[in-house]
Amino acid sequence: MSSVYEQIGGEPAMAAAVELFYRKVLGDERISHFFETVDMERQAAKQKAFLTMVCGGPANYSGKDMREGHRPLVQRGLNETHFNAVAGHLKETLEELGVSAELVGKVMAVAEGARADVLNR
Amino acid sequence: MAKVKHEAAWYPLESGETVLDGLLRQGVSVPHACRAGACQSCLMRAVEGSVPAAAQVGLKDTLQARNYFLACACRLPDGAALEVAGAGELRIPARIVALESLSPDVLSVRLETESPLSYRAGQYITVVRGDGLARSYSLASLPRESTLELHVRIIPGGAMSEWLARDARPGERVEVQGPAGDCFYVPGQPEAPLLLAGTGTGLAPLYGIVRDALEAGHTGPIHLFHGAREPGGLYLVERLRQWATWHPNLHYGPTVLTGGGGDVREGTLEALVLARVPKRPTGWRAYLCGNAEGVLSLRKKLFLAGFSLKDIHADAFLPSTPPAGRVAGAA
Repeated sequence: MSSVYEQIGGEPAMAAAVELFYRKVLGDERISHFFETVDMERQAAKQKAFLTMVCGGPANYSGKDMREGHRPLVQRGLNETHFNAVAGHLKETLEELGVSAELVGKVMAVAEGARADVLNR
Repeated sequence: MAKVKHEAAWYPLESGETVLDGLLRQGVSVPHACRAGACQSCLMRAVEGSVPAAAQVGLKDTLQARNYFLACACRLPDGAALEVAGAGELRIPARIVALESLSPDVLSVRLETESPLSYRAGQYITVVRGDGLARSYSLASLPRESTLELHVRIIPGGAMSEWLARDARPGERVEVQGPAGDCFYVPGQPEAPLLLAGTGTGLAPLYGIVRDALEAGHTGPIHLFHGAREPGGLYLVERLRQWATWHPNLHYGPTVLTGGGGDVREGTLEALVLARVPKRPTGWRAYLCGNAEGVLSLRKKLFLAGFSLKDIHADAFLPSTPPAGRVAGAA
């Protein structure tokens, strides 16, 4: 069976999704400080890799990478509330792009599976 | 411990030290300015040994392929040995042909290169003085012009700018290296609205980009904002006003924090720029130059306002930074 990534349109869909998603997290004062950076291009590339992974596309992320990548953020106070806010923006982004409720549900389940690694628990 | 070979001598690097810091610390002269991987003044070439990818970020493919790297961004793993050479072969001899005051603290410097420099209006170059002192400046000129024009802000205590303002005379020899930067007009969508915003000498690249766009037949609206603290910090005001009367699609917006009046608006550049952006800025392109903090803040606001990242060309001007450990201002 093809992945959600393929069903929603592969790389071009991720490219369209990433700006919507990034704009949402950067515009959300609860979490924007985790995403503030001088190198916005690089931040966008990271988020595209994240979106690709949760959609089941070709990604090189492992649980260990997730854990280590977010450790400094956890030390800066990253918690459940922040995770939920990001997950909410992910869901809205997919919905705005017209992804079906069934596929959104699948993506959100993958994202939920990363919760423990992201929050370093 | 890693080590670097330069002109037949080996220099040990302290743990975590950059190639630039290590060489400077041990008395080797290497041109440098921003020390943040942006200005490319400290370009060097690896003759033997491998360079970490982080030291080649932002370099043109052609430079990467020839093993050029940024010494200020080059940290070697323990035990590594690298043989390096300067970037002299990339520099073009030039001479100063004109120095003209544009305002009490901005100097127009015109240079003539010995061989033509291929560049796009809005890019920047590094000027290297005979003694190796290097600074990066944006180009205000167009490639078709016979000289390169730079707008140099005269900084009290600034080694290069005070020399240019006080001591340099037409005929003086320097070298130029570059160009670099991707803040330039891309032809192809002549009807796209353009938003150009700069503070201080951030006007220099915009001055080139505006003319480049007009000469390329750009028909879409061009909004040029120039910000300064007070009216004395604005320059080329009359010329830009005149262009705006000649080109109905060019809108010139001089802005100051205090002392505005007439067509000089008062307020922050950011607020005035954002007030001009429509609710859905589809197809708009932005060019932001000048003070780093202002450029980065405005880029974020424009992205949030709906600009696509690929349509925002930002050139944050970084101050020159003395080597680590030295007191600021001593360089």
